[in-house]
Amino acid sequence: MIEFLVEPLRYEFVRHALVVCTVGGALCGLVGTYVTLRGLSYLGHGLSHAIFGGAALSAAAGVNVFVGSWLWGLGSGVAISRLARSRGGRALRADAAIGVITTAGFAFGVFLLGRYGTVKRSLDATIFGSVLGVTATDQLLVAAVAVGTVVSILAWYRPLLFATFDPEVADVSGVPAGRTDAVLMVLLCGVILTSMRVMGVTLIAATIVIPSAAARFLTDSFAKVLVWSAVIGGFTGLAGMYLSYHLDVASGATIVLVQFTVFVISFALGGRTRRTRTEPVS
Amino acid sequence: MNQTPDRLVELQGVTCDLGHGPVLTDIDLTVERGTFAGVVGPSGSGKTTLLRTLLGTVDPTKGEVLRREGLRIGYVPQTETIDWSFPVTVGEVLTMARPARRFRPWTDTIERATVSDLLDRLGLGGLQRRHIRALSGGQQQRVFLARAMLGSPDLLLLDEPMSGVDVGTRHELLHLLADLHAEGNTIVLTTHDLNGVATHLPRLVALNRTVVAAGPPAEVLVPEALEQTYGAPFEVLVHAGLRLVVDAPHGHTHGHSHAATHEGQGAT
Repeated sequence: MIEFLVEPLRYEFVRHALVVCTVGGALCGLVGTYVTLRGLSYLGHGLSHAIFGGAALSAAAGVNVFVGSWLWGLGSGVAISRLARSRGGRALRADAAIGVITTAGFAFGVFLLGRYGTVKRSLDATIFGSVLGVTATDQLLVAAVAVGTVVSILAWYRPLLFATFDPEVADVSGVPAGRTDAVLMVLLCGVILTSMRVMGVTLIAATIVIPSAAARFLTDSFAKVLVWSAVIGGFTGLAGMYLSYHLDVASGATIVLVQFTVFVISFALGGRTRRTRTEPVS
Repeated sequence: MNQTPDRLVELQGVTCDLGHGPVLTDIDLTVERGTFAGVVGPSGSGKTTLLRTLLGTVDPTKGEVLRREGLRIGYVPQTETIDWSFPVTVGEVLTMARPARRFRPWTDTIERATVSDLLDRLGLGGLQRRHIRALSGGQQQRVFLARAMLGSPDLLLLDEPMSGVDVGTRHELLHLLADLHAEGNTIVLTTHDLNGVATHLPRLVALNRTVVAAGPPAEVLVPEALEQTYGAPFEVLVHAGLRLVVDAPHGHTHGHSHAATHEGQGAT
C-alpha cells in the first residue's frame, strides 16, 4: 500500500498532477454545488466546450491560453445570461441559450483547429485531458484559484445561497441577482480552466455535477452539502489520479469513474438514512 | 391597528402588461400602516401581479407606484414556488436573508438567539436543524413568514399563504397573522378562499384586472361586487356576523341572512 502511494511521487509531473487533481476536484465540488442546485448542470458542460473556443483562439493568436480562455468563458457566460433574459426572459429558455452559445464556441474552436493545424498539439490535451506536462505553474494557478474561490464563497455565502434557493425573493430583499450570477460565472470559469488540463473538455462537467449530487444524499443542510461536495471532489480527484497512474488509463476518465462509484455508494447508503430523517411530520 | 395612518405604498392609475395584454388596468390603491387586507379574485385576475407591483418586482407600464422612503418589505412567496428538494434547513432559510459579518457567514450567539426567539414565537422552536420538507404545511408557511419577519419589515406581503393547507392549519395561520397585526404589523395577502380566509379579514380588495370593490367584508362580499369580480352569480349568507359566500343556483343573486349560532373564527 505504501509503495502504491509513494512510487508515483518519484515523478515531478505526477506530484503536480496529484495536487491539481485534488485541489481542482475539491473546487469543482464546491462551485458545482451552486451550479447543480440552480438546475444549471448543463452550464458546466457547455461552458467547458465554449472555453475550448477561447483556448483555440488564444493558442492561435499566441496569447496566454489561461487568460484568453477565462475571458472567453466569462464572455460566453454573459452572452448566455443576456440571451436568456432577453425580451423579459420569455423568448428563450436558459438551456437553449446555453446550447446556442456554447456549441458555437466549441465549433469555433474546431474551426480554428482545422484552419491552423499548428495549434492541434496543445489542444488535444485540452479536449481529452492529460497529466503529462502538468507543471509547477499549474499547481500555483490552482492554488490561487482555490484561495480566490474560498474567499469569494465566504464573502458571498448568504447572498449566493439566497439567490440559488429563492432568486425572486432574494432580488427584492436586496440581493442583486445579476451580481451573484456574475460571481458564480467567474468562479465556474476559474475552476473549469484550472481542472480542464487534467480532466479534459469532455469530462470536466462530470467533476462539477457528480460530487454535489453524491453529497446531496448525505445531508439536508446546504452548508454540509457544500463541505461534503468539496471533500468528495478532492478525494476522488486524488484517488482517481493514483488509479490512473497505476492502471495507465486517462486521468479524466478514471476520476469520473471513481466519482460515479462514490455517487452510487452515497445513493445506496445516504438515501436510506436521509429518508428517515426527513419524513414529513403529520 | 396604528392610530396614525401612514401611507406605505400607493398605486396611482397603475397598468401592468406582462407581454400578453394588460394584467392590471388603472389600479388606484393605498396601503396604509396597520392595514390587514386580503386581495380576492378569480384565477388570472392579477392578484400575484398586484402583490409583485407593491413589492417592486413588476414595473407598471402606466401610472405610478409611490413607496415610502426606506420602506422594508417582507415577502412570503407561494409555497408552490419553493424547491422542497433543495438541501436547506429551517435555520439556514432564516439566516440566508440576513447580512453576515464579512467572511464569517456562520451565525454568532446574538443571531442564534434572535432566530431562536422568533422561531419560538411562531411555534417553530427546536426545528432549526430540520429540513424544510420535513415540516407540516403550517410549519412550512411559518418558516417563510419568519424569514420575512427577520428583516423587521414595515409591510408583510403573503402570496396565497393558506393555499393547500387543511382547515386546522388555516385557522392556526389566521390567528397567527391576526396576532402579528395586533402587534402593529401591516399585512397584505392574496387568497382565493372567500369563506375560509377572506371573510375573516378586516379589509378586502376584490380584483379582476382592476379594483372592483374595496373595503370591509360587508362592502366587498356582496352579490353585486362578487358577480362583477368572478363573472358568476353568488348568494351571501350572514352567519353570526360573518359573511359566507355560496354559488347562487339558477342565477338567483339575492343575499340574505339568518340567525344561526355560527361562531366566527379568525382575524377580525
